[in-house]
Amino acid sequence: MTEPISLEALKAGDKAEFARFVETHSPAIYRLALRMLNNPQDAEDILQETFIKAYQNLPRFDGRSKLSTWLYRIATNEALMLIRRRKPEALSVDAPVSNGEGLAQEALEIVDWSHMPEESLLSDEVRRYLRQAIDRLPPTLKAVFLLREIEGLSTRETAEVLGLSEAAVKTRLSRARLALRERLSVYYRDRLEGKP
Amino acid sequence: MSTSTPLPSSQCRYLLDSLSEYVDGTLQESLCLEIERHLAECDNCRVVVDTLRRTVYLVQTLEQAQPTLPSDVRVRLFHKLQLDEFLEGDTVEGHNAEIAER
Repeated sequence: MTEPISLEALKAGDKAEFARFVETHSPAIYRLALRMLNNPQDAEDILQETFIKAYQNLPRFDGRSKLSTWLYRIATNEALMLIRRRKPEALSVDAPVSNGEGLAQEALEIVDWSHMPEESLLSDEVRRYLRQAIDRLPPTLKAVFLLREIEGLSTRETAEVLGLSEAAVKTRLSRARLALRERLSVYYRDRLEGKP
Repeated sequence: MSTSTPLPSSQCRYLLDSLSEYVDGTLQESLCLEIERHLAECDNCRVVVDTLRRTVYLVQTLEQAQPTLPSDVRVRLFHKLQLDEFLEGDTVEGHNAEIAER
């Protein structure tokens, strides 16, 4: 089993340990940045910036959270800042999420596709459609969704990364899942009705 | 069945936000019982729960995290952080030569 990264060695400026730290965590940070931004160049910039900031801030890191959680926090902040600079309106859709309104007031697609056979549920076309639906989630929902569902962080860790309450994480995950359910229901409705 | 409809009762709307935790099995018992009582008499909410459960399953099955970092991205990252000596044979120069050969 690989030795856990030593915070003590990192803080002492051990270059080999920092290289091991980068090697261990860079795939997850790149994956998150790529999914957040949908652009390989932007994802690479965020990846580099994340580790530069981590290196600069190591002396102030108190070790209360896991190193991985800390890195996710830096990366997510960088990604959301980039989105805010490019498309400030993308983050304003947060309003209905934070005040508890939104989906619950809207019409829902009621199509029972839950009994469809596995092979039609797990096709490449569904995979692409689902990927696209996730990419189109509002950034604040997408951040919660990716951390919880794709990166496998707990509610508490996700709350820590994003500076939210655990209740807000649960609400946003719920909204993201319901939004995806809605998109998939439209997809399967069209298939069940024989539309291309 | 195929229809787009507002959920009919305030009870449906009230329970909607709890369904995600319900399908995860992490919702407190008293709310679970409330949802189950409601599902016994509300077809629409039953469809929402079944398809939400399927959505979570699809995400978990089709969207497994893949720890891939393209080798050129890795090389540039190590170079940027002045960690080239830890690349173990994979260097910016080597990588550039590799690209030039293509």
